[in-house]
Amino acid sequence: MKTATEIDIRTEGQMARTHYLNVDLGVKSWLLTTDHKRIGILYLWTILIFFVIASVAAAMMRLELLTPQGDLVTNETYNKLFTIHGVLMVWFFLIPSIPAVLGNFAIPMMIGARDVAFPKLNLLSWYIFVAGGALALWSLIHGGVDTGWTFYTPYSTTYANSHVISMAAGVFVAGFSSIITGMNFMTTIHKMRAPGLTWFRLPLFIWSMYATSLILVLATPVLAITLALMSVERFWGVGIFDPKLGGDPVLFQHLFWFYSHPAVYIMILPGMGVISELITCFSRKQIFGYGFVAAASMAIAILGFVVWGHHMFVSSQSVYAGMVFSILSFLVAVPSAIKVFNWTATLHKGSISFQTPMLYALGFIGLFTIGGMTGLFLATLAVDVHVHDSYFVIAHFHYIMVGGMVMAFMGGLHYWWPKITGRLYPEFAGKLAAMITFIGFNLTFFPQFILGYLGMPRRYHAYPPEFQLFNVLSTAGASILGIGYLLPLIYFLWSLKFGRVAGPNPWRATGLEWQTASPPPKHNFEKTPVVTTRPYSYSAQEDADLNLASV
Amino acid sequence: MDKFHLFPPEASSTAQQVDWIYFALTALTLLTCAVVFLPIIFFAIKYRRGSAADRSNPRVESILLESGWTIVPLVIFIGLFGWGAIVYFQIESPPRDALQVQVVGKQWMWKLQHAEGRSEINELHVPVGRAVSLTMTSQDVIHSFFVPAFRVKQDVVPGRYTSEWFKPTEAGEYHIFCSQYCGTQHSAMIGRVVVMEPVDYERWLNTGRPAESIALTGERLFRERGCSGCHSVNSKFHAPPLEGVFGKSSPLENGEIVPMDERYVRDSILLPGKEIAKGYQNIMPSYAGQLSEEEIMQLIAYLKSIGNQNPPDESK
Repeated sequence: MKTATEIDIRTEGQMARTHYLNVDLGVKSWLLTTDHKRIGILYLWTILIFFVIASVAAAMMRLELLTPQGDLVTNETYNKLFTIHGVLMVWFFLIPSIPAVLGNFAIPMMIGARDVAFPKLNLLSWYIFVAGGALALWSLIHGGVDTGWTFYTPYSTTYANSHVISMAAGVFVAGFSSIITGMNFMTTIHKMRAPGLTWFRLPLFIWSMYATSLILVLATPVLAITLALMSVERFWGVGIFDPKLGGDPVLFQHLFWFYSHPAVYIMILPGMGVISELITCFSRKQIFGYGFVAAASMAIAILGFVVWGHHMFVSSQSVYAGMVFSILSFLVAVPSAIKVFNWTATLHKGSISFQTPMLYALGFIGLFTIGGMTGLFLATLAVDVHVHDSYFVIAHFHYIMVGGMVMAFMGGLHYWWPKITGRLYPEFAGKLAAMITFIGFNLTFFPQFILGYLGMPRRYHAYPPEFQLFNVLSTAGASILGIGYLLPLIYFLWSLKFGRVAGPNPWRATGLEWQTASPPPKHNFEKTPVVTTRPYSYSAQEDADLNLASV
Repeated sequence: MDKFHLFPPEASSTAQQVDWIYFALTALTLLTCAVVFLPIIFFAIKYRRGSAADRSNPRVESILLESGWTIVPLVIFIGLFGWGAIVYFQIESPPRDALQVQVVGKQWMWKLQHAEGRSEINELHVPVGRAVSLTMTSQDVIHSFFVPAFRVKQDVVPGRYTSEWFKPTEAGEYHIFCSQYCGTQHSAMIGRVVVMEPVDYERWLNTGRPAESIALTGERLFRERGCSGCHSVNSKFHAPPLEGVFGKSSPLENGEIVPMDERYVRDSILLPGKEIAKGYQNIMPSYAGQLSEEEIMQLIAYLKSIGNQNPPDESK
């Protein structure tokens, strides 16, 4: 399959030349780096820690739910487990996952730049994130929080006896990291594109990261305000949300979801961007409907700001407000549907190969479609009254966030791994892990749709015995899913030393990041690239001919 | 694990309507999966690398296709929105002749009282075939009153009244769950609705400790707590009379006109200075902390019983 020259290039000699990983050595060179690629790796290690802690919390919850009685942990511990799982997964894993790791690593290279617009701010953003994370861990070590990741008032302000303020402070601080990173990316995309790289020649990952950055910058401050107000009420007893102090508890929900619904799109738009890169590369096709896919990202980012009330259909919000939020929620589903159809059409007349990143991409389309369609159930007022706050909601958003975003993150990580490290991960193990993840995921979360419609409420430590069957299935699925996540951790580490040398462009991809060496030199390109064509100038016909000739 | 179920019993007048939408959405989901997954599988096989398929002249754009897969979902979505909204409107509009039950949620129990006076904890007895309307509030944090078999759920919010109604169609026992996370024993804040034949319900209502109706208790409180000292015709204080008032709209000192409903009465008891009736002075002391949520509800029931007997049409 490989030509002789191709193999020659992929020798250990490639790794010996100077590149961003070996140009400076030592802990100090990493902690003081302003290289966007190194900062991406710092984020990768940091979010890995939080992912592991939050996953352990999830595993303990699933074990507890194996039986209807609350027998493994106390109800108090259980409540802390789902809170820590939610807080860490949302703010310390998912939100920074693709943006801060893959975005940091790839955006400057994909637009032919030497670095982001503000490299020092980029490093500061990581330090702020670490400080926020440290506060969250401090809160966890001192006994944890039991409010749920949503911090609903007046429970969080008046009634909870746990470390609410330190946890909220952790999220508050980490939010500034989001804002700075978002602003940095927007500036970078505006000002640092290579000559010839017009807006409509940008890879779709860049469009989706631009849309994400917009949300990060505009929505995160509202979260900061909300958490600050909550802390002021809790600490000083100033009446804002607790009706006993003259406040309004539903106001908190409006403020919280005004951030947290757009935040849902922070947790899926970057994934959509990655999928556009993967589908085109592994089917050797130009993306179908480039303009529509790019515009859909922007439409999602903008419409995402006006649908927060669909979290509040049974909160005592007015019936008429509910109707407005319902129809807007249906509208925001349209651009997502457009993307799915365009990815499908891209495969037509492609030359499709099924390496690990492509398996994750196809898995993403499947799971995201189900996640998106079940979102319509929740947008439908009468059905939401029944399934709101039930396991149906849990299943839905895990299909989007885990089935969607985490699959895309894994796909992207496998895709850019050779660029990041200069070495290939073992392909067979990669495919195996992708399959295990897909099967384990469905077994974990599909039964939860049924549980939810049956009426099992979320955040229940014990439940009536008739719900046991589907809980057992879900726990069994979670253990398979766990293996699916553990495998990549092992073989990625293995590949750092023993992986085959990748060469500059193992996927024969067209993006600018593949035109430089792997790992790239410190400033990415020896010579600033000039762009003359649209992205994804793949030819399936050529690929098929090439393939036939080499067999 | 007695029986295998995929959806809960349909035990209220709205349950079936909600289920129909659910089934339609499920069918749409299956259809969408077919429309997306079948082509993906087909392309993945036909155009797999190394296959001899025809790859000449690939298309990368089509306004016709793009408009198609924008407009078709849009039209379907608007239809679904309308269907869901119509049924939701029914779920949110209690019928006039519904039986009245007052519900107070607190960490971690439900306290319920029937208009006829009988109280219950974590249980609700209702007759089959009669609409039941719950007026709910919370003493502490937000709870949510969820009966899966009736497909109804409504948050129970401190500081305000929310309502929920259902018309049971099948006798039997059904779960009540608190579905809004409310603290340590959230998952123990459960109960059951017992739907009985009307005769059995009458019998149940009249057994046990003889109770006076909520309105009667309210009238007693009205005298004992001193409300009647000012709010009566021959009082020396200038306070608005309350006969025939509940259910009307009334002007305030600041020129606004507000409906005299549960919310207004509640706020006037706890925060009397907030909305002062036109022609009166802010002289009433607050009863915050002196009356329990149940007592306030009983006072409201009394005012309702002496209120406007022809309430304005709510549907307009």
